[in-house]
Amino acid sequence: MSRRPLRPINEMTLTFPALSENERFARLAVSGFLSQLDPNISELSDIKTAVSEAVTNAIVHGYRERSGEVMMQVRIFEDSRICIKIQDKGCGMADVEQAMTPLYTSSPEEERAGLGFTIMETFMEKVRVKSKPDKGTTVILERTVQGKRRL
Amino acid sequence: MTELKTVGGVTAVMLSGDLDHHSAGMMRTDIDREITEKHPRRLVIDFSRVTFMDSSGIGLIMGRYKLMCEQGGEVIVARPPAYIKKVLRLAGVDRLARLTDDISGLIPDENEKEDEKIEQTTPQTN
Repeated sequence: MSRRPLRPINEMTLTFPALSENERFARLAVSGFLSQLDPNISELSDIKTAVSEAVTNAIVHGYRERSGEVMMQVRIFEDSRICIKIQDKGCGMADVEQAMTPLYTSSPEEERAGLGFTIMETFMEKVRVKSKPDKGTTVILERTVQGKRRL
Repeated sequence: MTELKTVGGVTAVMLSGDLDHHSAGMMRTDIDREITEKHPRRLVIDFSRVTFMDSSGIGLIMGRYKLMCEQGGEVIVARPPAYIKKVLRLAGVDRLARLTDDISGLIPDENEKEDEKIEQTTPQTN
């Protein structure tokens, strides 16, 4: 588990404008690509929810609903280990730890619950966040897909 | 998509499709218009046709909970599928709003009475 092979077995990269219409597209694209691993319904919905949170963060907070591009990369490694990278070149964050605190939100008036990172951390095995003010934010989500055989 | 119906002081909302940041805004506008016009004492949000929900759904429920509290009413989260329950529990929504898998008896029969009439004749119970 700790020794992740360097080369992915398969991978895809998508770039799309930071439009809220694309939140759904990003979820569907990820679940379409991961269908080759035959994930069970529960893990697929976990992954889709985590991806939705990260992509929504990029659109709502990264670009503050202004124009920009979101990059999403999905990689599949040996033993059905997946790694999803979601990157924006938006405003970035000075305090990543604060952003990851449950219930913290920088936009309460938008009715954001402040649970995006909590959901990502609960539904994925590993979450890494890299951010720099005015440069952007990169979120890396990792987990293993068990598939239907072990359900 | 949002389907709304207010009968006998109860507003029933049937949500369908994906509930994310993109769709939550429209759903919120539709529900709030109905609540502020009809002043129901109970808001039943039916999740049985919601195909996906992230934390935007939590924001939607919390916001309506606040609004209903201000009006002295309650919010009921009805028939959430398993994948939605997981998100609801994580957020602790079950501590604020009643969660139920059975909506029978929660929504008055449409043919019974007009909600205007009942608002005039029913004494305040809470």
